Amino acid sequence: MTPAIELIRIDKRFGSVHANKDVSLAIAPGSIHGIIGENGAGKSTLMSILFGFYHADSGEIRVKGKPVRIKSPSDAIALGIGMVHQHFMLVEPFTVLENVVIGAEGGTLIGPALSRARAELTRLAKDYELEVDPDAIVGELPVGLQQRVEILKALFKGAETLILDEPTGVLTPDEADHLFRILRTLKDQGKTVILITHKLREIMAITDRVSVMRRGELVATRETKATTVEELAELMVGRHVLLRVEKGPSKPGETVLEVKNLTWKDRKGIPRVDNVSFTLRKGEILGIAGVSGNGQSELLDVIAGIARPASGQVIFEGKDIGILGDPRHVRAEGLAHVPEDRQHRGLIGSFDAAESAILGWHHLDSLGKGYRLDRDKVIARAKVEMEEFDVRPPDPLLKSSKFSGGNQQKLIIAREIKSNPDLLIVGQPTRGVDIGAIEYIHKRIIQLRDEGKAVLLVSVELDEIRSLSDRILVMFAGRVMGERGPGADERELGLLMAGVSKDAA
Amino acid sequence: MMQARGELPNWVDAGLIPLINLAVALIASGLVVLVIGENPFEAMWIMIQGSLGSLKGWGYMLYYATNFVFTGLAVAVAFHAGLFNIGGEGQAYMAGVGAAAVGLGLDFLPWPILLPLAILAAMAMGAFWAWIPGVLQAKRGSHIVITTIMFNFIAASLVGYLINYWFRPVGKMAVESREITGAYILSAREVAREFFGVRIASSPLNFSVFLALIAAWAVWYLLWRTKLGYEIRALGANPAAAVYAGIRPDRIIIIAMTISGGLAGLMAVNEILGVQHRLLLGYVGGAGFVGIAVALMGRSHPIGILLAAMLFGLLYQGGSELSFARPEINRDMVVVIQGLVILFMGALEYAFRPALSALFYSVGREGNQ
Ligand SMILES: Nc1ncnc2c1ncn2[C@@H]1O[C@H](COP(=O)(O)OP(=O)(O)OP(=O)(O)O)[C@@H](O)[C@H]1O
Ligand SMILES: [Mg+2]
Repeated sequence: MTPAIELIRIDKRFGSVHANKDVSLAIAPGSIHGIIGENGAGKSTLMSILFGFYHADSGEIRVKGKPVRIKSPSDAIALGIGMVHQHFMLVEPFTVLENVVIGAEGGTLIGPALSRARAELTRLAKDYELEVDPDAIVGELPVGLQQRVEILKALFKGAETLILDEPTGVLTPDEADHLFRILRTLKDQGKTVILITHKLREIMAITDRVSVMRRGELVATRETKATTVEELAELMVGRHVLLRVEKGPSKPGETVLEVKNLTWKDRKGIPRVDNVSFTLRKGEILGIAGVSGNGQSELLDVIAGIARPASGQVIFEGKDIGILGDPRHVRAEGLAHVPEDRQHRGLIGSFDAAESAILGWHHLDSLGKGYRLDRDKVIARAKVEMEEFDVRPPDPLLKSSKFSGGNQQKLIIAREIKSNPDLLIVGQPTRGVDIGAIEYIHKRIIQLRDEGKAVLLVSVELDEIRSLSDRILVMFAGRVMGERGPGADERELGLLMAGVSKDAA
Repeated sequence: MMQARGELPNWVDAGLIPLINLAVALIASGLVVLVIGENPFEAMWIMIQGSLGSLKGWGYMLYYATNFVFTGLAVAVAFHAGLFNIGGEGQAYMAGVGAAAVGLGLDFLPWPILLPLAILAAMAMGAFWAWIPGVLQAKRGSHIVITTIMFNFIAASLVGYLINYWFRPVGKMAVESREITGAYILSAREVAREFFGVRIASSPLNFSVFLALIAAWAVWYLLWRTKLGYEIRALGANPAAAVYAGIRPDRIIIIAMTISGGLAGLMAVNEILGVQHRLLLGYVGGAGFVGIAVALMGRSHPIGILLAAMLFGLLYQGGSELSFARPEINRDMVVVIQGLVILFMGALEYAFRPALSALFYSVGREGNQ
């Protein structure tokens, strides 16, 4: 059978970075093909070349056996290739329908296109379990639904081959399951799917074939049935990886953080954090589990000083930092914060890595006396952090937006851990991070705990919560549903996350 | 991620694209000149000759450029904070009141004290006139573009009133103040004569040109070598990240606008203390608006602004020579030509980018390294 897509000897450099080295890959039609590899291995670059975002320095692309030249995404779309990006490309103030039609308006008046699209959307929604309200404003939809809009957009434009770049990074387990059902249906209907992910479990569950990239090269392609998680991990990283977290028992000390009856309301006056109380002690990791959007993000914001509580207290080392309402003062007290949303908040895309690596800590005297900012010191500091946390490429002068997603995350984690905090609050520490780096980040978080520091961890990855935390809180609709030990079983946590509780009655 | 964004090497972005834009602007201007029946090459030659062909031409060109450096830097500082200050015109106008009030009111003071005071007063008035829109934006959310435009109009009326009723000596016909003799900036011609004993052609060029160089350096230092500059750029580039980092947007907006207005105010130093030696109506003459084009073309970087300001200085000086030498090409035609340059260099800055990157792709795939 002729492959749906064939990439032949694709080569791409960005300056000194060799992002794709002589990569050849054939994708069988009607299959789900996984691509895995470490952060910065070149997965997104390879797919961006196929989609016409970047141009290969050399190499050839064939679609259904025919050599093609893809100069822009519109060429790719015309060839039946669609892409859902790692970072969504939607017009947030527009409705779902309007977003779907962008680029396929056809004609001067928008009206006819919209009514045609509405009919088509209903059909697609039925066929593929892709229900979304066509008139909802995209910016107000949860990420899971935004992603559906991206998929609809591609299908609407006639995609035969769909590329998904880390689609589950931002999804809850439920949403991810739903996505996989959609992908299977797509496959049954004869579509081809290329799936990039860091989660080997997903690869095993859904793909037919999987290719592994390492440092720009395609090192192996396997039939999924004939391989194991361990083999894939080793192929990816080039060494044996610990897929389990190793940690000793915690030795909790005195209380560092006490959250008392904390409530935070959004602009409409709806409490998103609702009367939350808990304590956190030195030498302890407290995990907060929950389906995303149940108040965890807001809770982190209030503790970090970004949002002011409506009522209640955040007592950090005996001081109420809630009333400060100022991230800078909160940091000065010894708190570090890894934000959930690295693209929007964690760094500044147009700044070089060195400047992003001091974000929030830029007023430190060690970076220049008084009002001055000493460029040499800024760069030196970034160099140390980048080397220690293996950020690739370790170039402090490269623009932050040019790092791969996982390497951006490592840069942020490095910045916050190296500030030597008494309390680290982290949201989604390993979102989009490869398994080798996850292992490392987890090790550093545990090391911090073993040094007697406190860690507050928010993650939608139940596995991550369970393997790192010494205690687990479950949040639902802004409230704490209950506390469990690390041994709590998954089903019970799942019920709490869904708002079903015995002890909250 | 725009398509092909960042795919072009730096020298194309910062060098080739502005040059292409300039060339297109000149071709378009040439067509206009052709339409009214003049020879475009001759016209261009007159413009270049008129500004670069003599010491006097250079003097005028640099004098205009001095104004544009100040107003261009003003726009750039605000722009780095994500603010579009189009009130440079009004801020510079108000600054004249400060310079004249101190220069005239305190003229019992000796020159070395009075001059710095007058310069500070000019900056303070300009800063004040930008501070108000800054506060309104920071505290009330009033859009800075709207308020700064309105403040241009208010300044125009207010300064006119002040000149007429406060500064104009009794019995003087012209609507202007009496001569400022105490706070006086030496012109290039006077320096040459007094200190070197050489005679050079007269031009309005004066010591303020050095002030412009210092201001450009200071803006660079502020933005890229201080913590405040870091906060200004962070806010402009990514407000959400800035808030995460503990940078207070309201505070930075007010500070950036105040600095911006102070820089625009320096324009009055060149014009009032350096050239006119009195406060007069409408002396800003659009320099505040040219500053927007200068900042756009100079990519809001001090070096770019110095170069762009010189180009506009050349257009201004060459333009007036041209309207003098070829009466058919009157003052309005020259304004049209300047407008075309602004259009292509500023507003259509990226118009040729997609075509260029396509070209880069088809010619030598190795090219995009
Ligand atoms: N526009 C660019 N300019 C310069 N370098 C780039 C650019 N885009 C990507 N790179 C570099 O190319 C390499 C490959 O990046 P790519 O985004 O393809 O990695 P990835 O495999 O998708 O990683 P991740 O899993 O972290 O998303 C990285 O080293 C990255 O820094
Ligand atoms: Mg990627």
